[in-house]
Amino acid sequence: MRAAVIQFPGSNCDRDMAVAMDRVSGHNKPTQLIWHKESTLPDGLDIIAIPGGFSFGDYLRCGAIAARSPIMRSVVDFANKGGFVLGVCNGFQVLTESGLLPGALMRNANLKFICKDAGLRVETTDSVFTSAYKKGAVVNVPVAHHDGNYNADPETLKKLVGDDRIAFRYAENPNGSMDDIAGILSDNRRVLGMMPHPERLNDPQLGGTDGSKLFESIASALVSA
Amino acid sequence: MKARVHVTLKAGVLDPQGAAVRHSLGALGFEGVERVRQGKVIELELAETDAAKAEASVKDMCEKLLSNTVIENYTVEIL
Repeated sequence: MRAAVIQFPGSNCDRDMAVAMDRVSGHNKPTQLIWHKESTLPDGLDIIAIPGGFSFGDYLRCGAIAARSPIMRSVVDFANKGGFVLGVCNGFQVLTESGLLPGALMRNANLKFICKDAGLRVETTDSVFTSAYKKGAVVNVPVAHHDGNYNADPETLKKLVGDDRIAFRYAENPNGSMDDIAGILSDNRRVLGMMPHPERLNDPQLGGTDGSKLFESIASALVSA
Repeated sequence: MKARVHVTLKAGVLDPQGAAVRHSLGALGFEGVERVRQGKVIELELAETDAAKAEASVKDMCEKLLSNTVIENYTVEIL
């Protein structure tokens, strides 16, 4: 499996994401880190991750400037051709701003920055990102965001629910997100955006491994590819 | 030529910041503030001298970057 992580000014957990991908990649070639000013992606990538952080200082709107950076045009092309894309936290915001996922992420309902472990219910196992989880299982994954309040118009929400595209819901809604949504899939189920950080809970020494199954799921689909 | 863009949340989209401002106004003794909606103002200085062209161009900017039309409305004033 060949993975890449996009880096913007203000990204964080980009290296954590690369380590998580390296652990399951099935070879010794490190995950490539790609700076946002690049306009082309390396050939042969299987999956691209857009990490968390506060790209461009969250100016204008979270993820808005990053979504218009040169590399994102290539990422959108990659996704439109059926490539796999994972966006975590700010990465989820970038994916909605770039139009790869529907809806928008707004300021948390209580206006506070929320940094804690959150219970996440796995709502579908029908995706390369969630296949190793059990449907309905509640796992603990850290959240750390100010703008995780998912918002979409009623028709979009209905479509997401009807098409089984809600990947994760919060067991206890921390941020006012509609329908307790923590993560959603694209129409072709190959793009996942989620606010919680699975790459931060990927090692017993970091307090748990509930995030590891997401990377194991990805590997089981892509490593032989 | 100058342009001013107002970006506001669409009707029906909850505005927690506006709600917090309303509460704070109440705490300061300003009574009767029934609703507050917060938005932003973006001012642009343009090389364009034709008002119609400037307006079309700024609307395009609003669609592509300055507003998120999933949750926001915008208005453009050419000054």
